[in-house]
Amino acid sequence: MDWKGGSGITQRPLKDLLLSPTDWSAMEVVENERKRRKINSFLDSRVYNQTCLSKGRGFHFPPCHVLCLCGFQILLECPIDLSPLAAFSPIPSVAHDLRRRTDPPRESDGLIRAAPRYRTVKHLSAYDISLFDAVLVSSPAGMLGLPFLARHPKFSARIYATEATARLGRLMMEDLLAMHAEFVQFYGPEEDTFPEWMKWEELEALPLKLKEIIIGENDVEMGNLLPLYSAADVKECMQKVKAVKYCEEICHDGILMIKAVSSGLEIGASNWTIVGPRRNVTYVSSSIFESSHAMGFDYNSLLGNDIIIFSDFSSLGESVYGGKVVDMTKVSVTDVEEESVHPSLSSISSMRGCNNEEALTRCLTGNGEISEELDKLSFISSCVMNCSREGGSVLIPIGRLGIVLQLLELISMALESLNLKIPIYMISAIAEETLSFTNVVPEWLCKQRQQKLYSGEALFGHVQLKESKKLHLFPVLHSPSLFLRIGPVAHLLQRWHQRENCLLVLEEGVDADLALLPFKPVAMKVLQCSFLSGIKIQKVPPLLQILNPKLVLLPEEMKDCLPSTCSSSFSFSYYSESETLPVPSLQDDFKAHLAMDLALQLKPKRIKGETTAVARLKGRLLISNGEYMLVPSKRPGTPTDKSSLLYWGSVDPTLLVSALAEKEIIGTVSRRDDTGAIFVQVDVPSKALIEIGVHRTVICSANETLCERICESVCSVLDGI
Amino acid sequence: MSIESLVLGAGQEVGKSCVLVRMGGKSIMFDCGMHMGYLDRRRYPDFSLISPSGDFNSSIDCIIITHFHLDHVGALPFFTEVCGYHGPIYMTFPTKALAPMMLEDYRKLMVERRGEQEQFTSEHITECMKKVIAVDLKQIVQVDKDLQIRAYYAGHVLGAAMFYAKVGENTMVYTGDYNMTPDRHLGAAQIDRLQLDLLITESTYATTIRDSKYAREREFLKAVHKCVAGGGKVLIPTFALGRAQELCILLDDYWERMNLKIPIYFSAGLTIQANMYYKMLIGWTSQKIKDCQTTRNPFDFKHVCSFDRSLINSPGPCVLFATPGMISGGFSLEVFKQWAPSELNLVTLPGYCVAGTIGHKLMSGKPTRIDLDKDTCIDVKCQIHQLSFSPHTDAKGIMDLVEFLSPRHVILVHGEKPKMASLKGRIQSELGIPCYDPANNDTVVVSSTKTVKVDASETFIRTCLNDGFKCHNKQLEDSWTSSSGHSGSLNLISSRDEVVAEGIMVMEKSKKAKIVHENEYLHIVGTEKHELQLSCCCPVSKSSLTQAMSGSDASSASETLVSSDHRYWIHCLWLKLKKESDFNNVQEVDNCLSLNSFKSHICQVDNCPYRTGECDEGGSIMFFCCSWSPIDEKIAWRVLSIMRETSLSEVSEVHCSPTGLLI
Repeated sequence: MDWKGGSGITQRPLKDLLLSPTDWSAMEVVENERKRRKINSFLDSRVYNQTCLSKGRGFHFPPCHVLCLCGFQILLECPIDLSPLAAFSPIPSVAHDLRRRTDPPRESDGLIRAAPRYRTVKHLSAYDISLFDAVLVSSPAGMLGLPFLARHPKFSARIYATEATARLGRLMMEDLLAMHAEFVQFYGPEEDTFPEWMKWEELEALPLKLKEIIIGENDVEMGNLLPLYSAADVKECMQKVKAVKYCEEICHDGILMIKAVSSGLEIGASNWTIVGPRRNVTYVSSSIFESSHAMGFDYNSLLGNDIIIFSDFSSLGESVYGGKVVDMTKVSVTDVEEESVHPSLSSISSMRGCNNEEALTRCLTGNGEISEELDKLSFISSCVMNCSREGGSVLIPIGRLGIVLQLLELISMALESLNLKIPIYMISAIAEETLSFTNVVPEWLCKQRQQKLYSGEALFGHVQLKESKKLHLFPVLHSPSLFLRIGPVAHLLQRWHQRENCLLVLEEGVDADLALLPFKPVAMKVLQCSFLSGIKIQKVPPLLQILNPKLVLLPEEMKDCLPSTCSSSFSFSYYSESETLPVPSLQDDFKAHLAMDLALQLKPKRIKGETTAVARLKGRLLISNGEYMLVPSKRPGTPTDKSSLLYWGSVDPTLLVSALAEKEIIGTVSRRDDTGAIFVQVDVPSKALIEIGVHRTVICSANETLCERICESVCSVLDGI
Repeated sequence: MSIESLVLGAGQEVGKSCVLVRMGGKSIMFDCGMHMGYLDRRRYPDFSLISPSGDFNSSIDCIIITHFHLDHVGALPFFTEVCGYHGPIYMTFPTKALAPMMLEDYRKLMVERRGEQEQFTSEHITECMKKVIAVDLKQIVQVDKDLQIRAYYAGHVLGAAMFYAKVGENTMVYTGDYNMTPDRHLGAAQIDRLQLDLLITESTYATTIRDSKYAREREFLKAVHKCVAGGGKVLIPTFALGRAQELCILLDDYWERMNLKIPIYFSAGLTIQANMYYKMLIGWTSQKIKDCQTTRNPFDFKHVCSFDRSLINSPGPCVLFATPGMISGGFSLEVFKQWAPSELNLVTLPGYCVAGTIGHKLMSGKPTRIDLDKDTCIDVKCQIHQLSFSPHTDAKGIMDLVEFLSPRHVILVHGEKPKMASLKGRIQSELGIPCYDPANNDTVVVSSTKTVKVDASETFIRTCLNDGFKCHNKQLEDSWTSSSGHSGSLNLISSRDEVVAEGIMVMEKSKKAKIVHENEYLHIVGTEKHELQLSCCCPVSKSSLTQAMSGSDASSASETLVSSDHRYWIHCLWLKLKKESDFNNVQEVDNCLSLNSFKSHICQVDNCPYRTGECDEGGSIMFFCCSWSPIDEKIAWRVLSIMRETSLSEVSEVHCSPTGLLI
């Protein structure tokens, strides 16, 4: 906090060693015009807007919003939509049959044989990229689309993400690049022009399901299909990322204070608080209260803001996303998660019963979420064991780091207890770096893992597995891929899909039918499992009650899920996709600090029957870290010229005459004219005339000194400051 | 308001760092260290000064430990488990992980080697560490509603941090030990430019200025290389954490580059365990190390293997790291006894050794014999290399930090008395900041800034900022134009500081004070403005006006004006004012002359009430009705005197008017 306005100028050598402050000087690099716009707009924006660009599609494609706040345009999340992948054919493995790129673009399964394309967030293209001031990223998945944005020459926003999110996000981008490179190698470099398959005739010929995927809801989405970004784009994007710690306060442009707060979803995943002049917002992304790997949900640091943007769609289930899961699972554990969308009445009423914070906190962290998740993982592990015992192989293309880390531990333990010597492979260009990264981030993990640090043990089981050669990392290809199209998973499926003793473990949220389309007929067992990826609906009311905002912005779809009676202390607004929701201002005034030494310089004057005092204030206004501070002026204070003073009230002629008399000026009330003005005629010491109106007094004299004395008398009978 | 600092340790000395700071109704204990030089009760801070009754829980709100060195954390288990403090304790993740190792090592040394009665047990250490809340760097930690703390990277040892604390408007930083230059495994200290009332800084090297670290590292490597090349053995006595890892990285890297095959050993106490911690905490090392972590953890030393006692006398060169440092006993002493008599061998010593240790004896002049006790003496023929790199900042670093932060007050701790006094003098004279160097158990009271919370209206803020913006722009130009010079940035700062905010503060009973802009003030108070206006109907002689017209380089445009036209006379008056005054913003608008709020037009009312004197005699005089607001009083009277003077002179000359109606 640089209240001094940077009077201590950093010397050259020190600059290298110490962080430079984020004060006004940071703004000096911004072009003037941009800044003027900013200053005016942050003052003018009494109403701020929130626009939901996309509801997303679960963990791997989080929702996306644009926020206009204090004149800043902030993009919340920038994921990549990988769903078009499903319409593309996997690259045939060598053993299978070698097709050349000269082959017809489609075959019996109808899949497109070309390098896949990807989609950015649906309504993002409607925005002028150059107008974004900041991008907040809550999870690695929330930044996979950023290189598309950041490579734009006009993109000038600062990207904020936690250190861990930035690191994992970069790894995932590199992973995607590595997998995609295989296609490029196979089909040759992508042309920028319209590829053959994107011609209308070709698209018309696609099977309905695939056509829907490619064309999307309208033609606009078609244009959003982009070739993947390059490694250079990723590098450029990462350079624009400002990596932060949990609960580190960062000052954006001297005005907004932004803070990332642990959300519990994944290592480094965060919620955000944004505090500006007269505005404070808490942005709640998909959150998990207690995690068995990442640091849990930190609600304490979210307290005290007026507005909550609730952006956790996970409780709404598949219905929101329009798609549906065709249940072709031979073994399903989806029913483990019983209480789904609608919370039972009893749970709500019990929620309302708990008023003290402690009880509310228990409501959030209790309910055994951890053990429930552990049950699911143990079930997967037992299925894996069954399969292994029968000599089958298991393929787990799951892209959630936390799940992978825990499965590694569980499966290896299970293998050990059964005395099975079966190797575990992790095949990914980033496997090594990801795993070694997870072992050096104790400050981003849950309490139990941190405890391992204190007792000098490795944070995750994989360290030991690797050392004892039970876990093998292959940097060649890759495994996690939602749509079973790119990466080594496709190759392995081509080999294994007809083996009955093999098992495939999939995440929920994938249309398994579609995903397995190129591998049909499928003989291997398929296990599809959903994992907790956000706040359960019955925990939303107690959470809001703890955070105690004035206004909550909720997705339209949650209108019916939440009991309206759950709280009267705050109000709700509902937003829906691609609609801008104006949010009224809740504060009119700015909060400022008045330095004591300046306060002591004030000369207050009582007015209005002694209940109010007023004083003129002259000082310097400093802005630092979004706070306003008034300090004494450095220039020796020139006494305010009395002629610039402000007067109000009306002149009582009789009082004026006696005030004049005190200064030995003799005047008499002479007449009153039609407008109600009263004239006071002065004869001694020389001629003058005073015309007293309701809102104006005119003093007329040709004598400067007399004029001045009359002025003083008039002022003395008026209220003024 | 004031901030009170009770220095319980490290006052004018090094050892048992402990300062209790009271501000804004909160008490924070920074560090809780022990003194390695004493074995009696002087080894701990005198806690009775905090609370004579021993009720520490109500008198301390939290304890903050800056790093794992014993002189900063050594008394903590005693204070929590024996003295009974059970409030919150904060330290960084690495400190929480590594402090128990240090404490346990020390406890063992005391009990097992010296046979002393233990001050605290292993269980005490475990229980004590359970009370510790680990924090990350820069993370804002809300200890309670009013007290906020934040850690900044200090670079002294792994996990060392400087701590910022804020209670209400009172702010301070306690640096602990810090290093302003990056070393082999740690980065340099980093801190934001905070606005501080108080800075408590270490001053170990209050007067030393050090040269480049790399030169000293090269010297060390050269000495080691020379020794092993000659077939000698190198003994590096160190403590388990910190220096050992730094030197190991240095040597491992050198071995790799020089392709050396000579073994580097870690003695058993020294511990692969410690390296395990370092591996997990790599995020707290320097950027350079973090960057190469992606492929291989740099604390997975390639050339290092563990040592076996049987290797002590095996032939051939080697390098051995052994605990404890300073050769105060234990394994390092055992090896020293064997290796010291050979001139081929080398012993390296740390920069600082406590008096009474063998390390200290070796440092103070090279002895040839050391009497260990009355039965044992060691022949010392080996070479001695003193490591001169220390993870403390030097005097320049301290001065740079103080200047960068520019706190309102500075307190020096953790240093030697005469050197501290000299540094104190420099801070006061060169930086103009009041500075103190209290002795143990002294209390320093400094004043703190205080502010009042007020509301400010939008109009007020907008006006300030728009004015400020103009100023800001101007200053940008300043800095650009003067950028060729040398003081560009100085200009920039000073002109920025002149941004003035003017408004009116309204204080109503039982309401928060509010600052408003003058224009909205009346609306808020609920009344209307009463305007003051001054008027005068002033006579001017026509001839003086025509003179003004002809006297000027009468333009053709003015000739088109007829003398009956008001505009003609107004123009004449304008020319006259131009000629006889230096007002350059006099304007003619619609038969009216204006200068700021001063307005003047030709008066045609015969009995104008604002006419206080003469009347028009013979049409040689014109009357100009003038009005102005008090703000332009001075200008108005000057204009009037110009107008009137001529009138007077003309009148008296031509008409010989006897009555001086005008004064």
